[in-house]
Amino acid sequence: MADYQTIVTSLSEGVFTITLNRPEVYNAFNEQLTTDLLEAFKEAAKNETIRVVIVTGAGRAFCSGQDLKDAPTGGGKRSLRDSLERRYNPLIRAIRKLPKPVIASVNGVAAGAGASLALACDYRIMADNAKLIEVFVRIGLVPDSGSSWFLVKNCGVAKAFELAATGDDIPAEKALELSLTNQVVPAADLESETLKIAQKFANGPTKAYGYIKRMMDRAAAISLDEALDFEVYMQEAAGRTEDYTNAVEAFREKRKPEYSGR
Amino acid sequence: MSDYKNLILSREGFVATVALNRPKVLNALNLELMTELVDCLEALDQNAGVRAIVLTGNERAFAAGADIKEMADATAVEMLYRDQFARWDRIRKIKTPIIAAVSGFALGGGCELMMHCDIIIASETARIGQPEILIGVMPGAGGTQRLTRAVGKGLAMEMVLTGRQITGEEAMKAGLVNKVVPVEFYLEEAQRLARTIAEQPPVAVRLAKEAVLKSFDTTIEMGLEYERKNFYLLFASEDMREGMAAFIEKRKPEWKGK
Repeated sequence: MADYQTIVTSLSEGVFTITLNRPEVYNAFNEQLTTDLLEAFKEAAKNETIRVVIVTGAGRAFCSGQDLKDAPTGGGKRSLRDSLERRYNPLIRAIRKLPKPVIASVNGVAAGAGASLALACDYRIMADNAKLIEVFVRIGLVPDSGSSWFLVKNCGVAKAFELAATGDDIPAEKALELSLTNQVVPAADLESETLKIAQKFANGPTKAYGYIKRMMDRAAAISLDEALDFEVYMQEAAGRTEDYTNAVEAFREKRKPEYSGR
Repeated sequence: MSDYKNLILSREGFVATVALNRPKVLNALNLELMTELVDCLEALDQNAGVRAIVLTGNERAFAAGADIKEMADATAVEMLYRDQFARWDRIRKIKTPIIAAVSGFALGGGCELMMHCDIIIASETARIGQPEILIGVMPGAGGTQRLTRAVGKGLAMEMVLTGRQITGEEAMKAGLVNKVVPVEFYLEEAQRLARTIAEQPPVAVRLAKEAVLKSFDTTIEMGLEYERKNFYLLFASEDMREGMAAFIEKRKPEWKGK
């Protein structure tokens, strides 16, 4: 395992948990945190025993976005372009490209790039006292790290504009209403509820989840005709997995299938 | 079939698949590999049992370029005498249709080799480029000519002058690649296309391929004349009689290759 400084990771029964661990600054992104996260997602891709990833935050916040006090390496003014191209965009792409489910367990505020991080995950479960904030506009900036796309895809252009242009808090219940989260649970139950979902995924057909992920991302950008064609490929690929073969056999024998993830 | 050190050759029906096989160096095209490849393609071209060829690499790389180590110390005169790109012209003379199945890197010589093929199927992961400029040279096996004809001046210039790599998707939009498919399927898709071509009357396929290629190095006037002659020539083939008779009788034609 890599030597992480700003996150804590653990792996248990296929569930890989990444905890952002800068609680003193509400888990704000500094250079090291984006580096560590990217590294952790590389580890998640490489390690075949990892079948689902949970991202969560230590302390009161999920992630408060870019740490404005973090001095850019080499001194001088931070280049937003450099920061996005070198740090944030590769991280968001790594999450989307990981052929395994990624769950955001949103334990507190997820603001700015922190909101984007949560939205980049495949499944969101929020504590009832957590909130998303597209905070960028409050300092004259615009959504980044995928937020513009995720907002539009999840809740439509009109709402997306409103959320991005006002920068208003989006409390968990409202996030649920807007399809920005899959689930809201009492804060005290967040960890156990997250684990429940994670375990379900960890014992499921991992390859199929990966294909589903690819299909959903693609479907968001193409026509029905193209989606139908792409489904052919993904179904064909799923039909070649061990899990499919075994599940069909289990179905015939009227027992519950056991998925190996292969 | 034969023993090649740097190629894996397989056959299924009328379709031959040639896989470049120097995985440790991302299929860098050294002299030995290119010699084998040209020999292999020519042998397949002479084999009446082969009606379409799929040329591929592996998932990580179609071919990442020429073997730089072979060239790093060469003088201009040595390069002139070695004339390593001359043998590439022989690929151009192959009459059997060649379909490139491209995944991963197709860079420099790899991109040029890909462009020697008649049809290109790329995987989503394909990275295509002519990065020679980054090591102080420029494309030398057709890159400046074939890329420009395929994607137009602007993109060709940008790629050749900056070394920027494009994705399979961008290559398809630019007209360089026929189709982009998920990485799991690039080889199958190419082989499927090869089978479809192999099911067509082989004499007509050869003459048609020749005519299309002619359009790259002749005037429209000469090209049309060439096309017409090939068209008339096919009336001397048995397959033409069979094809038209089958069409009129509403049945499936049976090709003899004659």
